[in-house]
Amino acid sequence: MSSSTGHDVILKLEDISKVYAGTVAVKHANFEVRKGAVNVLVGENGAGKSTLMKIIAGVERPTAGRILLDGNEVSFSSSGDAVNRGIGMVFQELNLFGNLSVAENIFATREITNAFRKIDHKAQERRAAEFLEQLEAGIRPDMLVEDLRIGQQQLVEIAKAVSLDARILIMDEPTSALSAAEVEILFKVIADLKARGVAIVYISHRLEELIRIGDYITVLRDGRITGQEEMRNVDTQWIVRQMIGSDAKDFAKADGHQPGDEVFRAEGICLPRVTGGLAVDHVSLSLRAGEILGIYGLMGAGRSELFDCIMGRHGQASGRIFIEGKQVKERDTARRIQRGLALIPEDRQREGLVSILSVASNLTLASLSRFVSLFHIRGGAERQAVTQMVRELSIKVADPAQEVSSLSGGNQQKVVIGKALLTGPKVLLMDEPSRGIDVGAKADVFRTMRKLSRDGLGILFATSDLDEVMALSDRIAVMSNGRLTGMFDRAEATEAAIVAASALGHGPAPHTETNAA
Amino acid sequence: MTDIPAKATASVQSSGSLLLTLMKLRTFIALIAVLVFFSIAAPNFLSAANLILMAKHVALNAFLAMGMTFVIITGGIDLSVGSIVGLCGMVAGYLVLNGIDLQIGYTVYFNVVEIALITLAVGILIGAVNGLLITRLNVAPFIATLGTLYVARGLALLSSDGRTFPNLVGKPELGTTGFGYLGAGKLLGLPVSIWILVVVALGAAYLARYTPLGRHIFAVGGNERASRISGVRVNMVKMFVYMFSGFCAAIVGLIISSELMASHPATGESFELNAIAAAVLGGTSMSGGRGTIGGTIVGAFVIGILSDGLVMMGVSSFWQMVIKGLVIIVAVVVDQAQRRLQSRVTLMQMAKAG
Repeated sequence: MSSSTGHDVILKLEDISKVYAGTVAVKHANFEVRKGAVNVLVGENGAGKSTLMKIIAGVERPTAGRILLDGNEVSFSSSGDAVNRGIGMVFQELNLFGNLSVAENIFATREITNAFRKIDHKAQERRAAEFLEQLEAGIRPDMLVEDLRIGQQQLVEIAKAVSLDARILIMDEPTSALSAAEVEILFKVIADLKARGVAIVYISHRLEELIRIGDYITVLRDGRITGQEEMRNVDTQWIVRQMIGSDAKDFAKADGHQPGDEVFRAEGICLPRVTGGLAVDHVSLSLRAGEILGIYGLMGAGRSELFDCIMGRHGQASGRIFIEGKQVKERDTARRIQRGLALIPEDRQREGLVSILSVASNLTLASLSRFVSLFHIRGGAERQAVTQMVRELSIKVADPAQEVSSLSGGNQQKVVIGKALLTGPKVLLMDEPSRGIDVGAKADVFRTMRKLSRDGLGILFATSDLDEVMALSDRIAVMSNGRLTGMFDRAEATEAAIVAASALGHGPAPHTETNAA
Repeated sequence: MTDIPAKATASVQSSGSLLLTLMKLRTFIALIAVLVFFSIAAPNFLSAANLILMAKHVALNAFLAMGMTFVIITGGIDLSVGSIVGLCGMVAGYLVLNGIDLQIGYTVYFNVVEIALITLAVGILIGAVNGLLITRLNVAPFIATLGTLYVARGLALLSSDGRTFPNLVGKPELGTTGFGYLGAGKLLGLPVSIWILVVVALGAAYLARYTPLGRHIFAVGGNERASRISGVRVNMVKMFVYMFSGFCAAIVGLIISSELMASHPATGESFELNAIAAAVLGGTSMSGGRGTIGGTIVGAFVIGILSDGLVMMGVSSFWQMVIKGLVIIVAVVVDQAQRRLQSRVTLMQMAKAG
């Protein structure tokens, strides 16, 4: 923070905190945005980058702290408020109306109207065409957004943000669905904006990209800002160090136990995609008791979809699965759970928890039949199991009758894990088990995984975190574009080989389908 | 220096939690308020005869509201209950008067118990149709039950060409007498319908609290996706709640036609709205996941006592409608205020802790 170069500070966040039910997303953050420069923000999944940007864009209001724009304190009551003050944002999740045309999307809420308040479609399409031309995307302004590829939709989102004529433009992972050629065009647009004095806040996971276009860098970790520097003073290693921290992730050590017999096998799992092609493309793998098999892949590689197929959540999926050598013919989730499969889903809020029920009810939701005689839930037996699980997973909760939404993210994740464990599974599927939880809870989760594998459980876990997959897995499977593109033993696995396998089929071909979900 | 603000926040918190407790007990407070008000304002209001009469009125709505509560907790709605009341009344009346003509020169007459069982089965069947439409054919609950609302009402009118089945005393030689017991009979000094209400309410409350099915009803309403992944048979749960709602409506159909000793095809029109009102007043959340049988019964009593009391005071029925509507709106507004207060209290605690 020693830089005093030519770029003036236009926006300043002071001591900003943001609390959601269940998590503290941003803790006492100080952040400066400079004019005519690319201000890079980087951090791991769940570090709080998107939350911080939503605060700047007026989508979320901070729980505590001040926002200074041009030195004056401001508070945005809506994103419209922020737009009026010259702050635009390209969202990570596409905020477009699929049922409207490109031009209508670009001018949504700022429609160009004639004297009688009638929308002037001609003028809108003419103006939209100018912005789209800049992006060289070959998108006609009268096309419906839902007919565009994801990458093209992202370009529309960018065109929309540029059309705001904003003084501050926030881009949240703008390149995640773009082809290499499209990224080049975007960078040209960014250079152009910079030259016009626009302050750009740029969020991305791709380090090489950041180093190329960034002027200032800010690193977030677990909701706190851990480093702020001028880009020319830093290198990749510095960034990684700030992101991961010196209290580097505490991966429980392997204890050297030998895996047992095969407990699970999948053969030729396929899942058709709605838009054509296969989301999961003939995946076969096998898992032994007491083994941790990590599945590495980028966003949209088909990891979650594979797990969904295994759990029987897609009627149109094909392929066969076996547990302890016997084929699982049951097609519905309930009976697959009875056969010994359990899933810890990626999206805790939407798929993992019933947030308005208590911790106890959530824990026993999947295994209630264990505590039932005839049709009566034996309260004592249930409470005992809950207490035991709370202790085993060290869930921090004063009273299990508390609503689960009052817990922190890490403890909520432990509740989801506890729920799966209470069903007495033989095979545990964990989809990004460490996503959005703090360092301490991560260590607990990893320790639990080790312990479970020692107890003879087979664990399949999906992650997009390279360190995690390297440190925890006995074997590493790599997925790309729905296909299994690599399978490594821990001894022979190298980061380079894994990354290479995860990029297969993701070549620069501009029409690669990338699932944004 | 640090002491004072700490105390201040503590007192803010305790006043917040006092307010919260008051808000949680709002339906009870409303019940006591209407009881006190009418016992002062309406003469004879507290007489035993009047209380029993009111309880009989309330019971009808309470049955429907219980079925409705489970449906709403799963995130659905059942608009067809009023029509099921009408149709089931007609089924019972038809069976008492005509039996079933087997088309081969014989007519089968059923005794009263059998008639009651058949009627209940009809109610459950219509509930099952609702459930199938919603779970198998993915029709939105509002639309599916709106459809059955019209179909069931139409069938009720068709069954008699729109006429009333009068005088359901039955014939001793056919064994169809005794239909009036449900509506007029007494057991230990209380009307039979009240006893049935007690039994069904206790059963429903037990189901909600102590059975896996009850737990699953709340889970489905709280988060359907998470429930499915946890192995809850969501479709079965939904089938059950609509069938239970149909069952409750059939009971009401039986009781009304037994009280009147006649079945009229228009019986039960707009009953569904009263049932929804009672459930909402009792704290059931229209967005699903929250609600209790006890709360719903109290809600039904508030609405029932309010309308009976206003009648006794001689308030015009037009004003009664206005007042009932206002009470419902206030109830929901308070409900929302409670949610906001509650989440703010938890957020403050978390911000302090973390």
